[in-house]
Amino acid sequence: MSHHHLTGLSAWLVQRLSAVFMLGYVAIVAVIATCQAEIDHQQWRNLMAQPLFAIATTMFFLAMLMHIWVGVRDVILDYAGHYPMLRLMLLALLGAWLIALGIWLIRIMTMVMT
Amino acid sequence: MDGLIQLDKRNNRPRFLSLWQIRLPITGVVSILHRISGVFMVLLLPFLIYLLQLSLSSPEGFEAARAMMTSWPLRLLGLLLLWIFVHHLLAGIRVLLIDMEWGSDLITARRTSWAVIIGTVLVVILIGAMLL
Repeated sequence: MSHHHLTGLSAWLVQRLSAVFMLGYVAIVAVIATCQAEIDHQQWRNLMAQPLFAIATTMFFLAMLMHIWVGVRDVILDYAGHYPMLRLMLLALLGAWLIALGIWLIRIMTMVMT
Repeated sequence: MDGLIQLDKRNNRPRFLSLWQIRLPITGVVSILHRISGVFMVLLLPFLIYLLQLSLSSPEGFEAARAMMTSWPLRLLGLLLLWIFVHHLLAGIRVLLIDMEWGSDLITARRTSWAVIIGTVLVVILIGAMLL
């Protein structure tokens, strides 16, 4: 996997950049949540469908999935790094799992937007 | 593990694997909790996405998600998740600062580790009090 994307320095960078983006997103959402009184379903949907918020949220999901890839990959390499077959299987499983979650999240966002 | 110190087969260096006898320094505690909290959140993620989908799907789904989130077992889980999330976030900020070469000396590193632990407790109490 050493020539794969998201390893080494680029993995480190992706982990940091995604972290900073998510930090900003969480800070903004925390402010919105604190200022907002209790909301109902329609208001919740309207908020999520607002173009700027929808884009930021989609980018948050993307950042989160990439952050998870780097983080869990580190965990796998730490504990299964000396077993190539196991390592490959776990990484493939992780990749497939994250892609599945990504598709699920995109479907939720398209449901909200339509 | 009865022999506490063993030689690593690969490189002949001593290996100490009695996890319950290793006294982890506070920096190590924050570090391993950073990892455990991350893995825990990844494991919970499908359920959280499910809740998001449910809450957005329909007014009935929204109420169902609300009812689920305000039930006591899930409130406790939510509190645990909040703790884990805040720890991961604060420990992450600490790592970012260390990346920028702030606080990588041992004394500051210990102080910021305590700041992560105590800061997490304070934030969880604050938000927990607002939600419960």
